[in-house]
Amino acid sequence: MPIFIISRLTFLEAVRRKIALAAFLLGVAFLILYGVGFYLITRETGLPTGSETTAQLVRSQIFNFLTNAGMYAVNFLTLAMGALVSADTLAGEIGSGTIQALVTKPVRRAEIVLGKWLGFAGLLALYLLLMAGGVLAIVYVQVGYRVPNPVGGIGIIYLESLLIMTMSLACSSTFSTLATGGTIFGLYGVAFIGGWVEQIGTLLRNQTAINIGIVSSLIMPSEALFRRAAFEMTSATARALGMSFGPSFVISVPSGAMVVYAALYLIAALAVAIRQFSGRDL
Amino acid sequence: MTAFALETRDLRKEFGDNVAVRSLSLQVQPGEVFGFLGPNGAGKTTSIKMLLGLVAPTSGTATLLGAPLGDRAARAKIGFLPEHFRFHDWLTAREFLTLHGQLYGLPSARLRERAAELLELVGLTPFQHKQLRTFSKGMLQRVGLAQALLNDPQLVFLDEPTSGLDPVGRRLVRDIIRDLRDLGATVFLNSHLLSEIEITCDRVAFIKHGEVIRVTDLKTIVDGETSVTIRAGGLTPEAVAGLSQWGRDVRADGDHITLTVTDDSALPAITRHLVAHNAEVYALTPQRLSLEELFIQIVGTDGGL
Repeated sequence: MPIFIISRLTFLEAVRRKIALAAFLLGVAFLILYGVGFYLITRETGLPTGSETTAQLVRSQIFNFLTNAGMYAVNFLTLAMGALVSADTLAGEIGSGTIQALVTKPVRRAEIVLGKWLGFAGLLALYLLLMAGGVLAIVYVQVGYRVPNPVGGIGIIYLESLLIMTMSLACSSTFSTLATGGTIFGLYGVAFIGGWVEQIGTLLRNQTAINIGIVSSLIMPSEALFRRAAFEMTSATARALGMSFGPSFVISVPSGAMVVYAALYLIAALAVAIRQFSGRDL
Repeated sequence: MTAFALETRDLRKEFGDNVAVRSLSLQVQPGEVFGFLGPNGAGKTTSIKMLLGLVAPTSGTATLLGAPLGDRAARAKIGFLPEHFRFHDWLTAREFLTLHGQLYGLPSARLRERAAELLELVGLTPFQHKQLRTFSKGMLQRVGLAQALLNDPQLVFLDEPTSGLDPVGRRLVRDIIRDLRDLGATVFLNSHLLSEIEITCDRVAFIKHGEVIRVTDLKTIVDGETSVTIRAGGLTPEAVAGLSQWGRDVRADGDHITLTVTDDSALPAITRHLVAHNAEVYALTPQRLSLEELFIQIVGTDGGL
């Protein structure tokens, strides 16, 4: 199957060009930093140590907050990884000419795009499992705390990274690597700012600000997806208090419909990538 | 009706306002080694890219091995060495051939055998486990050539196959082209090296401004006119003037004479004539009318610009 030949090639490229190694080493460095930071925060600040309900509640709130803070960093690193690896893949191969020997084989161009997509999806899955799994393991080993619904939360982060990777792939099918990178990070910035505007708007009950946030989430759902993921991994108590934690306080929680929207967005971006790449002169 | 290995009808490509290929009409017979010649910017590369489906024609039609452009079954029988032979250089030579063989859909046992065979053919067996990034230009070209032959192609496109090669490598390419012809494959050769085309091709198309302006059978050039260079001492004007009975364009410059004859059998007569006029003949060298001269004749000295 040409798709799997191409996805294996994509994997091999990440390994051979030391992309995987660099990501792995930086990931490990992050986890070490996180582990030390978590240790210092939990041991050297005066957390209530008693076994009474209040103390337990406060402790679990702090642990939940710290876990989601780690997840926020993991989320950002995974998104960056998704955007970076795929920004150069089509544009770079077209620019260098390596694509020519591939597309003249008895292979559909769509198979090349899908093969690359699948390869990147695999890379991102491994990376996210290492990073998110690392954060959860560090917290569990040190204090025995588990966030609720890690599978749901990490799943949404994975969807988010796939979406960014696919959008980057779609841009890369038409624009240069640099233009692709700029576009994707620009959109990410829009979502980031829009997310904050929406949060503040919710606090201030300003409908215009909320609408701006919603529109920016529709353009680029990344921030909204993370808020949803953080919400999934937030304890029921905190939810009840209406202030689930992350470094971004999740005040307004995007609905499940946002997840469905993101999935459809992803499929559309993939269709655009295939269409653009299939139709263009190389 | 003969099924052509390659046939194009009025193939045209515009990039915006720029017409890269105006109207390409070509017919290449199966088993032929076909040369594609033209000045820079004549549209050769765009033409090849259209034929291989890298670039979509603006209008016109073409068939390869009887199938329309882009047909995947036909592509499985086609080999292609791209011009700048840029390949994934983080693969080893062996992995590179395996990848492309897999894309051709070769069964793995056959692929292993074929890759080993081709590495041997292009002289890269000792380097098969080295990454392509460590290869010289010539080695890349060799591995690219091996890649183009993996599927035992019926039609092979070679875009400047010898540009990075030393004389030994060029000889190798010529031998490979001859082997392909012996196997009945059709070769479409784009090369700037006229001597290359001259030695290997059966027919050659001259293209200029994206149009075929002449297709020449190279055997007729060989059998036809011959340019003769003579080096002789003691030449008299009568001796020189008398040469015009065997050929035309007689030019004398000191002890060098050049003329064009239509038949090699004139050469002994010319020698006898010079000797009879007491000339001291040191050398008499027949040269076929070179493709270079023909090229300039047809395409013009303006290089088609």
